[in-house]
Amino acid sequence: MTKSIKTFAALAIAGAVSMTSASVALAEDGPTLKAVKERGEVLCGVHQGRYGFAIADNQGKWKGLDVDFCRAVAAAVLGDSEKVKYIPLGSVQRFPALQSGEVDMLSRTTTVTLTRDSALGLNFGPPTFYTGTGFMVRKSIGATKVEDLAGAAVCVFPGSTTEKNIASLFAAKKLDYKPVVIESSKQLVGAYMSGRCDVLSMDQAGLPGHQQFDADNPADHVILPGVFSKEPLGVGVRAGDDQWFDIIKWVTHATFNAEEWGVTSANASDLKANSTDINVQRLLGAKGDLGQKLGLGNDWAYNVISQVGNYGEIYDRNWGPPLNLDRGVNNLWTNGGLMYGFPMK
Amino acid sequence: MSASDKNQPTQGSIFYDQGFRSIVYQILLAVGLGYVGWALFSNVIENLDRQGIATGWSFLWTSSGFDIGESVIEYDAGDTYGRALLVGFLNTVRVAFLGIIFATILGVFMGVARVSRNWLLSTISSWFVEIGRNVPVVLHVIFWGTVIHLLPQPREAMVPFEGAFIMNRGFVMPFPVYDDAYPWVGLGLIVGIAGVVFLNKWAQAKRERTGQYIHTLWPGLGIFFGCPLVVWLAFGAPLVWDVPALKGFNFQGGLQLSPEFIALLVGITVYTASFIAEIVRSGIQSVPSGQVEAAGAVGLRQGFIMRYVVIPQALRVIVPPTASQYLSLTKNSSLGVLIGYPDLVNIGNTTLNQTGQAVEAITIMMLVYLGISIVISLFMNFYNRIVAIKER
Repeated sequence: MTKSIKTFAALAIAGAVSMTSASVALAEDGPTLKAVKERGEVLCGVHQGRYGFAIADNQGKWKGLDVDFCRAVAAAVLGDSEKVKYIPLGSVQRFPALQSGEVDMLSRTTTVTLTRDSALGLNFGPPTFYTGTGFMVRKSIGATKVEDLAGAAVCVFPGSTTEKNIASLFAAKKLDYKPVVIESSKQLVGAYMSGRCDVLSMDQAGLPGHQQFDADNPADHVILPGVFSKEPLGVGVRAGDDQWFDIIKWVTHATFNAEEWGVTSANASDLKANSTDINVQRLLGAKGDLGQKLGLGNDWAYNVISQVGNYGEIYDRNWGPPLNLDRGVNNLWTNGGLMYGFPMK
Repeated sequence: MSASDKNQPTQGSIFYDQGFRSIVYQILLAVGLGYVGWALFSNVIENLDRQGIATGWSFLWTSSGFDIGESVIEYDAGDTYGRALLVGFLNTVRVAFLGIIFATILGVFMGVARVSRNWLLSTISSWFVEIGRNVPVVLHVIFWGTVIHLLPQPREAMVPFEGAFIMNRGFVMPFPVYDDAYPWVGLGLIVGIAGVVFLNKWAQAKRERTGQYIHTLWPGLGIFFGCPLVVWLAFGAPLVWDVPALKGFNFQGGLQLSPEFIALLVGITVYTASFIAEIVRSGIQSVPSGQVEAAGAVGLRQGFIMRYVVIPQALRVIVPPTASQYLSLTKNSSLGVLIGYPDLVNIGNTTLNQTGQAVEAITIMMLVYLGISIVISLFMNFYNRIVAIKER
């Protein structure tokens, strides 16, 4: 009898210990989240300067779609979308910077590929933008399609997926070309504008900005129709910190869902108090405990939407006038696009 | 106690033995260095493993999938990363080799001009040296890159002479089509060089024996150019020019130098030449003027004094620092990455990024630069032993 009591007690203690340790494990912050909270700042790797994605204006304030996702994560984690330190990275430095911990997240027009996901030791959130390799040429050369570019000098970033895409595209079409490969964005675009290259090639969404703002006369240049590869751009994080990866994933889905459910930065406060839609209530933290499950405050998504906006707002802010890039596949799935927010429950 | 007792090594304790102690210190140093190396290595491997980053060298044998703008060997996107790195290595060697030759010629000329009594020459040289060495080499390279981009488009290219074009796509000129006779012409050139060396030895021996001075300049040039010329004529003077022509967007055929290559070559050449000019000047001025005056007093003529009195002594001062200039020029050629010249660092960076093998790619780059530098050092040490003063 006493023996069984002892056994029972031991089991109970063991159970209690394992339960407490389990709940501790749930509540305890992962290494990245912990570091971000202690620092009070998200270190975000961005492009050195690409219109629409990440560019510093003349007051040194960063703007762009990639930048807005840095801000969204800061809003979700720290409650303030301005608590971001932007670290501009070249295409070659970006992965070592993330791997070594120099940045917490890489929001830098980065295409999700199998090799990057596996061999580089990274994880990628849901694509925040879909684009593909595009070509800009001077109108004077009279090219209207890729086949007209035989023998052309092509300016391209090193270490980019574009560099490989054009190699296979031109090889498949049996066209000759000469790559001119420069890492610095200014130098590369400068080389094209000065006539060193016939063609500027990068993700097609990057081209309108260079046409509008870097060309002496934008009308002298034309972007060839067609997209020549699949470039889903996503936010990258280090593999091995699942909690931080989850935060990136669900902050992104929150922006998609908010647009689908009609939650905007303007009406978020109102909806938080008055909405009767259970989805909206959960999203904005009026009901449920979605925030706690991620290790965040329950108003995480409310902060994201009220401070940064839903995906549609982010898109329009960065790709509206003067760039006027058609939303195309970047529209919501309900409008025939690819942006599909996962259920948040 | 006599004086000789003090010099006796202390008997009994091996720790006072100098030979033993130096061995112990060296073993300790080797163990210490070995430990540091091992700690670094295992730390890197452990961290890569922890971050889930793949390691290994197998990527060298996989297809690269990217193209390279200029190459001295055949290369396309289907070739391996290993071959891409070889292309980068050869591009580095090409620009460094030519850079060393041009920097030496320009540097020696400017150094001699600096000590010249001609006001114009010495002033130009001073300006060259001060501008060249006081501007960072990065700016030299970017400056020349920008200058070339400002040149006209291919369609409006400048024509310095028939068949050659200067434009913002670089420099193109006619180049002889390869003929089977050319290796023999090359052999003729080697024979010619050997002939010149032999002629000089003979003239020197004769002068030392009889005191008679023999002019070797014109016969020397005759042998130098004559030998290959005779071989070429013997083969029926084969010469077909590959003349560049504008096809589509760019010139095809002929000898093509890309803007990136020219900008990098000119940038590092000018920068290094300004240092070599100063080294040459200091070498010449290190020879006491009394020697020049003494040589003049015994009736030696000007060229003779320079060749047999000043230069042999100046070279002792000039060669060692020039060797380090060659080393820095080679390493500075890695700045090609800034303007898009596909050198080893440029290709290495792309490889690093496409494969994610950062440690491996950087190790390869470091080892290759180390290898090139060691070869240059060995050669310059060898040359230094030749010119160094010989105790007789």
